[in-house]
Amino acid sequence: MAVRGLTKRYGSLAAVDHLDLTIERGLLYGFLGPNGAGKTTTIRMILGLIHPSHGTVEVLGEPMFGRGLVASGGTVRALRRVGAIIEEPAAWTYLTGRRNLEYFARAGWPAEDRRKRLARIDEVLRTVGLEQAARKKVKAYSQGMRQRLGIALALLGQPELLVLDEPTNGLDPQGMREVRLLLRRLADSGTTVFVSSHLLWEVEAMCDRVGVLAGGRLVADGPPSKLRPAANRLRIEVDDEPKARTILASLAGVTVDSSGREDRGALRVELAPPATPGALNAALVGGGVAVSALVPEQESLEDVFVKLVEGADVPR
Amino acid sequence: MFLVEIGKSLHRVRTWVFALGLAALAILPVVILATSPGASGGPVFFDQIRHSGMFAALTVIALIQPFFLPLGTALLSGEAIAAEAAGGTLRYLVTRPVGRVRLVLHKYASVVAQVGAAVVWVIVVGLVAGGVAFGYGRLPTLSGTTLGPGVAALRIAASGAYAVAGMAGLAAIGMFLSTLTDSGLGAAVATMALAIASQIVDGLSSLHAVHPYLFSHGWFAFVGLFRSPVEWADILRGLFVDAVYVAIFVGAALWVFWRKDVVS
Repeated sequence: MAVRGLTKRYGSLAAVDHLDLTIERGLLYGFLGPNGAGKTTTIRMILGLIHPSHGTVEVLGEPMFGRGLVASGGTVRALRRVGAIIEEPAAWTYLTGRRNLEYFARAGWPAEDRRKRLARIDEVLRTVGLEQAARKKVKAYSQGMRQRLGIALALLGQPELLVLDEPTNGLDPQGMREVRLLLRRLADSGTTVFVSSHLLWEVEAMCDRVGVLAGGRLVADGPPSKLRPAANRLRIEVDDEPKARTILASLAGVTVDSSGREDRGALRVELAPPATPGALNAALVGGGVAVSALVPEQESLEDVFVKLVEGADVPR
Repeated sequence: MFLVEIGKSLHRVRTWVFALGLAALAILPVVILATSPGASGGPVFFDQIRHSGMFAALTVIALIQPFFLPLGTALLSGEAIAAEAAGGTLRYLVTRPVGRVRLVLHKYASVVAQVGAAVVWVIVVGLVAGGVAFGYGRLPTLSGTTLGPGVAALRIAASGAYAVAGMAGLAAIGMFLSTLTDSGLGAAVATMALAIASQIVDGLSSLHAVHPYLFSHGWFAFVGLFRSPVEWADILRGLFVDAVYVAIFVGAALWVFWRKDVVS
């Protein structure tokens, strides 16, 4: 999937602003961003629902738009191989869950795709754990069940690309875990998965690559481990705090945090070259201080995220 | 896509309520005539049911033509796109490998097919009820000659087809309005309002200059099938007007939907 210079303007406001994004096959890509960042607009353009003001979208090698409009041939060829949840799942509430899948399977072509999808209904219902509720009308479904039905629909066509907008919305922790494992498994077997979320830890836990969208622009793009800077803070527990402070103060590149938020017997220090955790530990022990714990403290993903998003908060 | 639309309708209670209501309407004239021998007046063909039960089918077409048939047509066509948008299912239909043109055309075809089914249904119920009560005698035409049952049946079928053609024009308007809004009921009510307005204008003789251009103007021209000789001119003109409305408004619906940003 490739997006080039993708822009959507509403009047003078750019909801999505010159977005470039390339996602290789088999990748599990996390798409993060605060509300109103343009995630949904981007997803709708990728799926050919919204026409971009500028730029191109290529899905599985097919152009989604020709001369600014939905290109009939390319769009349909691409959509045959795509499964999606857009914003939230929707269904015909007066029909059963099973019949919803059946009708969505029939509402497409060519005929071989229809047959393949119809034959897979039982399998996807099993995958999302909806066999029991399949004969109930969607009217009577809980939010979690509707979410599962949405995932079932997205999986029905054995898509090569899955585009999922907050797929774990409304699921209990067990369900969220199941979905994460399912997506991981699909990505490992070659499906490209593009998943948006506002749950940072969720994205960090499962994605190969993460993009952060803010103000319609991509402000970060890389593996989750690269998103946050390497740990340069340490929390040290010692038996003799004043003595430890004296020793640490004499080391080059070590700043002891004296903001007073440390608990009893614990120190927080910031390291800069040439200081290393190993050298620091050796110095303390050599000076007769017993070190009971030495824990690297990472900047929380929340902090990273807020910094990225705030940095991008430029007037549009 | 077409079969999906039909299937969805078959699973809705309202479809069957509407069918029951239509059946009741189809039986009503027969019941009135059978129970009160002095009854007369009423809609066109009403009195003739006594001569041949086949007229019951025509009476009911005339009965539902001004209001009930446009109501059903307006509801189905007005909701076609807009109700899917309101329910959130439109974005999932558009992301099926269907193509937007096919989506609109299949939806339109399913609306016309359902209106057709309704007309066939009232004709069948009318024929059965009328036949049971008054038998299938030779059909007297409005010009005094009579028609055998075979020819009569053919002309009744043609009347039904003509009524459906009239509704196809209205359905095209409803379909177009349906692409403009996310409120299915709004589009349906607007379509119904247009159907009523068109018939009101058609009834104002001072506005006779615009009458030939109204989509409802030719709705009753099927009566000409029961004159001798058949008044083909009015019928053909009616079909032509229907075709023009279908072409314009289905075209407009396609044009709008092709360019539409699906944000619902």
